[in-house]
Amino acid sequence: MSALLSVRDLQKTFGQVVAARDINVDVPVGQTVGIIGANGAGKTTFVNMITGHLKPSGGAIIFEGGAITGLPSRKIMRLGVARSFQVAQLFPTYTVFENLCAAIAIAHSGTSVFSAAVARFVSDRTKGEAETALAHFQIAPYRDALASTLPQGMRKLLDIAMATAGNPRLLLLDEPTSGISLEEKFDLMEVIMAALKARGTTVLFVEHDMEIVRRFADRVLAFYDGTVIADGPPTVALDDPRVAEFITGTLIRAKDGTLKAPTVSHA
Amino acid sequence: MSVRHTLLGALVFAGLAACVPLLPLWLISLITIAMSSGLVVSGLIILWRAGLVPFGQALFFATGAYTVALAGLWLKISDAVVLVILAIVAAALVAAFAGLLLARYREIFFAMLSLALSMILYGLLVKSEALGSTDGINVAQATFFGMKPRGAAYTIAVFWLSLVLVFLAWLSVTAYLGSVAGQMAGAIRDNEIRVEYLGISVTRLIHLKLTIAAALAGAGGALAALSISHVDPQMAYWTTSGGFVFVTILAGAVSVPAAFIGALIFEVIRSIAVAVLPGGWQMILGTVLLVTILFVPNGLGSLIMRKRIAGQGGSK
Ligand SMILES: Nc1ncnc2c1ncn2[C@@H]1O[C@H](COP(=O)(O)OP(=O)(O)OP(=O)(O)O)[C@@H](O)[C@H]1O
Ligand SMILES: [Mg+2]
Repeated sequence: MSALLSVRDLQKTFGQVVAARDINVDVPVGQTVGIIGANGAGKTTFVNMITGHLKPSGGAIIFEGGAITGLPSRKIMRLGVARSFQVAQLFPTYTVFENLCAAIAIAHSGTSVFSAAVARFVSDRTKGEAETALAHFQIAPYRDALASTLPQGMRKLLDIAMATAGNPRLLLLDEPTSGISLEEKFDLMEVIMAALKARGTTVLFVEHDMEIVRRFADRVLAFYDGTVIADGPPTVALDDPRVAEFITGTLIRAKDGTLKAPTVSHA
Repeated sequence: MSVRHTLLGALVFAGLAACVPLLPLWLISLITIAMSSGLVVSGLIILWRAGLVPFGQALFFATGAYTVALAGLWLKISDAVVLVILAIVAAALVAAFAGLLLARYREIFFAMLSLALSMILYGLLVKSEALGSTDGINVAQATFFGMKPRGAAYTIAVFWLSLVLVFLAWLSVTAYLGSVAGQMAGAIRDNEIRVEYLGISVTRLIHLKLTIAAALAGAGGALAALSISHVDPQMAYWTTSGGFVFVTILAGAVSVPAAFIGALIFEVIRSIAVAVLPGGWQMILGTVLLVTILFVPNGLGSLIMRKRIAGQGGSK
């Protein structure tokens, strides 16, 4: 078993809505996987199930050989899986530096609240790692700014930097470039991917922009209506006729069956 | 906290202890009572930083006070230190149990649930003959390491005990607030989802905060019982809880010493108000609260700490 993450027959239903059906995926160590799909295709649901935010209705999720299906998110985090969010989750009243210190200090303090009550929040080690993260993710200029005042791109970077505090082996990024202008998207992804590659982290990222996917993913998972309709290297998966029809093509078929114009992808 | 700070604090407390001959007895009693509510408030600061304000903290205060009274009555324990420790343990145990429920609630639901639990204790105390009913129980005068001070000497001994307790509370609350768990208070207030995704349980963190705050309230209750030599159900009543919240707002959550200074100011204002306006002293206290909220919204502590926070340049 060389797969870092194995997903078996994963299902999720919300009442009548089937948000995930028969998903089977193996992700080897070190791979960077791009997840694509139209709005409502089930991408976030997939990420949410792996990270314990949602309990699957069926199937199994195996990380490093052990089942993590349905565990609470904090236990899954402790096992080495981290995530960022479609909307960055920060501590708005803390500075950027304090946000990082909080994440790193928790990662150091161990799993129980008792060890957290004994461990010092301020330590040279914590501060040192926070400074390193500031540099790696290129947010040092905002070090002492309150998180609530950050521009969108910096919010995304801080969110991801905090997610990496515990040195996760697997990182799931839900739309790391959403809300970022086209010009800035590539630069942002360059920073993120460089920082993560340096750590050897296996990455799954959800992305709507196919140029970004082509550039950064080793492999593409195309979601449609809760299931994976194509899985392979970007060149292959993005040219799959079903992917072209449902996701990247001139028309996107929405879940209600109607055809609508796709969101513009830039040249 | 640095060794220098601790030594400085110890010096201040030794100085206060040495002031005894200069102070009239009524003032010594007043300070002791103020310190007993200061202990409760130092615990409320821990909760308030996480955005939690319990309206029923008297539950733990009364638990501490009644533990002292009953341990004397039933177990014939008279040593003040042992009584205080028992009270702390009893209050923490009640919180460890009540926290299973309380720690899952936030905001007004947390506040009201805590109030509800304190009112249940109040009802129990009022209804139970064994626990003294509405009259309460007289607390026998405690002994101190085998010594049996009486009269003025007893008042002074309890005062010294209060100084020791306040000193220890100051050290431990400051240490806790500087820990990873303590520093997560603002994070919990800001964004619980993020805290969970950093790998730590918010519910358990709050449960721990509740238990620590309850232990401090138990110590406060024990001190009050020893000082007044009497316990009654009023100690569990919601107006008692309200008084603690009052002082917490007056003191603010910024500084731990402010809890004790705020409690002292509260006691002094209340004494003066009762003397000046016997039927309407609540009006004076209400005005003080109004002025505090309008002009010093972060409490007295923010006045003490303002310079130091600015000097830290935003980093911790
Ligand atoms: N908590 C929920 N309750 C009910 N339905 C839900 C819930 N979460 C998601 N869904 C439904 O499941 C389907 C998949 O949603 P999901 O958020 O996973 O899509 P997505 O691919 O992330 O879309 P987007 O690109 O808009 O983020 C949608 O039909 C959505 O309405
Ligand atoms: Mg989504």
